[in-house]
Amino acid sequence: MTFFDLARRNVVRHWLRSSLAVIGIVIGVIAIASLGIMGNSIGLMFNDMVSDVGDTVIVSPATGVGGGKLTERQVSDIARAVGSNDVIPFSSTADKISVGDKEGGAMLYAIPAGDIPSLLEVESGGYPRDTGGGCLIGSELSANSRDNGLKLGARIRIGDETLRVVGVLKERGMGFDINPDYAIVVPYTWYSSHYDEEDYDQVIVKVRDVNDIDAVKESIEQRMNRREDVVNVMDTRGILESIFAATESITVFLAGIGAISLLVAGVSILNVMLMSVTERIKEIGVLRSIGTRRGEVMRMFIYEALLLGIAGALIGGVLSFCAGYVVTAVFVENPDYLFDPTSLLYIVFGMAFGVITSVASGLYPAWKAAHLNPIQALRHE
Amino acid sequence: MPVISFENVRKVYPLPAGDVVALDGVDIAIDEGEFVLIMGPSGSGKSTLLNIMGSLDVPTSGEVTIAGNKIGGMDDDDLTLLRRDHIGFVFQQFNLIPLLSIVENVEYPLILKGRQNGTRERAEEVLRAVGIEKTHFTHKPGELSGGQQQRVAIARALVNDPDFLLCDEPTGNLDSKTGTAIMTLLDRMNREEGKTVVMVTHDPRMTEYADRTIRLVDGRVEE
Ligand SMILES: Nc1ncnc2c1ncn2[C@@H]1O[C@H](COP(=O)(O)OP(=O)(O)OP(=O)(O)O)[C@@H](O)[C@H]1O
Ligand SMILES: [Mg+2]
Repeated sequence: MTFFDLARRNVVRHWLRSSLAVIGIVIGVIAIASLGIMGNSIGLMFNDMVSDVGDTVIVSPATGVGGGKLTERQVSDIARAVGSNDVIPFSSTADKISVGDKEGGAMLYAIPAGDIPSLLEVESGGYPRDTGGGCLIGSELSANSRDNGLKLGARIRIGDETLRVVGVLKERGMGFDINPDYAIVVPYTWYSSHYDEEDYDQVIVKVRDVNDIDAVKESIEQRMNRREDVVNVMDTRGILESIFAATESITVFLAGIGAISLLVAGVSILNVMLMSVTERIKEIGVLRSIGTRRGEVMRMFIYEALLLGIAGALIGGVLSFCAGYVVTAVFVENPDYLFDPTSLLYIVFGMAFGVITSVASGLYPAWKAAHLNPIQALRHE
Repeated sequence: MPVISFENVRKVYPLPAGDVVALDGVDIAIDEGEFVLIMGPSGSGKSTLLNIMGSLDVPTSGEVTIAGNKIGGMDDDDLTLLRRDHIGFVFQQFNLIPLLSIVENVEYPLILKGRQNGTRERAEEVLRAVGIEKTHFTHKPGELSGGQQQRVAIARALVNDPDFLLCDEPTGNLDSKTGTAIMTLLDRMNREEGKTVVMVTHDPRMTEYADRTIRLVDGRVEE
């Protein structure tokens, strides 16, 4: 039997009141943890995207997507401006295709055959060459058209020419440059002769060191836009940042709501503890008169708050895990982010916050109990 | 040397309507092994006197020595430790801790004192000595009769082997038969164990147990 024991017994004796206080802490912990996990997952998603596509600078004609094109000369100017970084020009179009007797439409990306490997990875098969009528198909296109016969080795008719599928691409996900998952990738030479087209839609610059992005942009601007704006230069990192800036402030707002809910929980603990002290004034008087020191009375009540906090934190921690799963699965669509250590840390953080809140709320009642006058407390009915 | 000594002790409660003098120059010496009654009309300062003897309160002026310790200048913790280590309290309303079982109530002062082992055995030994049956040890205080509760309270007061017992009307809440049994118990502790007992009472029949009686009137000792 210790002071901790006494505290535990008192918590159990008033189990209904204790559970109500615990529920407050549970809600606070869940709110903080799941909102933190959500914010963190969005951040993780951002980092994943930045590392996937954040090293890309896209150069497009200033006159807009409709009419403007980039000539071979402009492309080599850009290549000179960016030094040793890879420059990949491409064009895109949509066209009718047929496989066997089935017809459909598809997006076509035309990229110089030599540049394809530096931009795209194949899942199976190989890369097409400038000659020989080979092409690649995107992973989703391949997955969706298995019964159409659109697979590795299939023949695709476009207009009056036939291309053979020499490779299937790895899934690439959403990108700001090209989205090849649902598309067909053809060598630029084939595109050029098939559509009688010399110019390019856009140029992708793969910047080897992400920190050089601003310098690369600057250098392209200086060379290309000397007299008038010939090209638009944008980097994917900047685009991502502006998108995520909005979500971040939402996360801060939501975390604020979580903090407020814990504050409310703290007030309810304070209330429960004050009730506990008021009810037990006489008992405190007895404890003090038979030799319990102030510090010991204080400890007894702090343990009580601690117990409520720990119970709330444990239950809240388990439920936060479930809530985190729902949040990451529904909002970020990737529950893996929950298992990232930085996300799990938010559960620990929420739990710690729950315990700290309840102990902090117990401090005043405990102090009050410890400083009761023993004689008056004994006389209390 | 006396266990308790008061020299010219005054206790004044300052109230807005004027000071209330609860003790007005009290000189008392209580020797080891004595059984002393404190009697007097209501409001004469008996409880105030007992509170100071129990180091629950300090005098406004005068010198109080308890078990060899001068309480002037002691802080709250010193006074609390004095109560824990040297004084046993028995209250009119028994005042057992409802959260604890009978045996735990008696064990509590031992644990307060930091004893690690043998506390349960010691508690049970004292409970047997005051006449509580083993079957009651694990009960909660509310499940016992008043007389039994007061026995447990006496066991709790005795368990740390204090220098003296302070009892404020210990039989006040009991019928006369149970009260007599409690008095017999206290008398036995005094006679057989040599325990010093100081008791406040209104009941003149109690004088037969006592070595002497201190009469208080208006905060003064009446010779
Ligand atoms: N905390 C206090 N504040 C102000 N006055 C007090 C306080 N405690 C006691 N007194 C006063 O001191 C005087 C003595 O009180 P005390 O309680 O010692 O009397 P008592 O002899 O124990 O009386 P009773 O037999 O009714 O218990 C009374 O006049 C009382 O009003
Ligand atoms: Mg009194």
